[in-house]
Amino acid sequence: MVVNQNSSKCLNQKLGVKDLNLFYGNFQALRNITLEIPSCAVTSIIGPSGCGKSTFLRVFNRMNDLIPGARIKGEVQIDRIPIYGKTIDVVRLRKMVGMVFQKPNPFPMSIFDNIAFGPRQHGMTNRFELENIVEQSLRQAALWDEVKDKLKQSALALSGGQQQRLCIARVLAVEPEVILMDEPCSALDPIATLKIEELMKNLAKNYTIVIVTHNMQQAARVSDTAAFFMMEEDRAGILVEYGATSQIFTNPRDKRTEDYITGRFG
Amino acid sequence: MFRLQPKTTQGIAMVCIWGGGIITVLILVVVIGYVLVQGIPSINLEFLLTPPKGGLSGEGGISTVIISTIYLVVITVVILVPIGLGAAIYLAEYAPANRLTSIIRYGVETLAGVPSIIFGLFGFALFVTVLHFNFSILSGALTLVCLLLPTMIRTSEEAIKSVPYSFKEGALALGTTRWQMISRVLIPAALPGIVTAIILCVGRAIEETACLYVTLGGSAAMPTSILSGGRTLSLHVFYLAMETRAFDKAMATAAVLIVTIIVINTLTNWLSHRFQRKMKGAG
Repeated sequence: MVVNQNSSKCLNQKLGVKDLNLFYGNFQALRNITLEIPSCAVTSIIGPSGCGKSTFLRVFNRMNDLIPGARIKGEVQIDRIPIYGKTIDVVRLRKMVGMVFQKPNPFPMSIFDNIAFGPRQHGMTNRFELENIVEQSLRQAALWDEVKDKLKQSALALSGGQQQRLCIARVLAVEPEVILMDEPCSALDPIATLKIEELMKNLAKNYTIVIVTHNMQQAARVSDTAAFFMMEEDRAGILVEYGATSQIFTNPRDKRTEDYITGRFG
Repeated sequence: MFRLQPKTTQGIAMVCIWGGGIITVLILVVVIGYVLVQGIPSINLEFLLTPPKGGLSGEGGISTVIISTIYLVVITVVILVPIGLGAAIYLAEYAPANRLTSIIRYGVETLAGVPSIIFGLFGFALFVTVLHFNFSILSGALTLVCLLLPTMIRTSEEAIKSVPYSFKEGALALGTTRWQMISRVLIPAALPGIVTAIILCVGRAIEETACLYVTLGGSAAMPTSILSGGRTLSLHVFYLAMETRAFDKAMATAAVLIVTIIVINTLTNWLSHRFQRKMKGAG
């Protein structure tokens, strides 16, 4: 596996999933998923529509909890600590596991307030510290130079690509360890997409990044490891193949993976 | 069978549609125009600043009436907003989708359709008689609260529900508690809609007559406390028209009332327009 190891917080396994089954009421969305996601790398989740990629992503910050009737069997770990235990504080978990959504979703407030939102909710009131963290986050998200003179303006006035980088900066401001990205470029033009991809690669030096994408080229370009999901006849998502991205794309072990990445279906 | 040419049906449709529009505007112009034309000549500073004399003549101005109206509206809003907003947040965010919730929602919707005089009777029985608040601003305000709660709850619930789900999701994913999400993202984003709901209720409180007739009384004296009686502008119009000869004063009061309502409606439109712009990102 191609894994960057240039930071002290980068241990080998960050996220672990064992025998995961997920249900929405009577419908099984995920079946018997087992995999380990390395830290400080980009892992892409690929597969046809409706195979449970987004659902799988939302297992890690427990956003599926918001859906009535969603329940889970099996084990999900972060740093080998189970995150579905009774003593787990979901609010703290979500601080540690940030998420970027498909459609940029800046709040209807200023650019500054958007980035400062997370730290403020977690108790930071010092203006100087806040300014510092806003600048740092925007710099990391490669947006600082474009917005430094208009931090007081509404975030909704930015372009789509800028809004998405703002959302990434907003996540970075709460200092997460894992960043989940749910098709973060599907609403963006190619140039904005390229910027986000570059950003992802940079962030992977310090963060564990998991990205769901429909775009094969994108998965090939940005990710170090790739997981290929498919659905079975009852529409439950299964993990078909998981490994280094280069291997998945050049030398897939499973026939279905090969069919999918060569564009024979999906 | 005889069939009309498409061109003919098109013509008929145009006539009907235009007719409907023109009649609506005409009614509006005639009613408002009539009241304004009849009323405005009697409006002057003295009219606005002197109290009504009382008695059959209907002489005097409307100063105490204006004060009573404002007093009543303020007390009503102070009681109405916390309860209504709380209920709206509960229904929009916390209420589980079960039988009890649907009964509550059904109850709210039914209450909205109950004639105001029924609320008046209830207010008279409970606040005026049993609780001994007598004919007073307090009795009137509490009755108005009962009358307006459905409007307040439903309109603010709509405002809260119209906030995009992505805002909520984004806040929660940043590690906020549910209440932080509601108080820091949801309510601020819905605020213009909520303010619209409040103004809508203020407008209705000013317009209301029947339920105040039996709870506020009709005292034309200056209200000195929350337990004083009083009369609002619309109630004053009613008294002048029914019990005095001063039809011109009734019209003048009505004109003041109409201008107030127009101002309030304009304000509501402006706010909801701004609300939509803010949601779209031009703000």
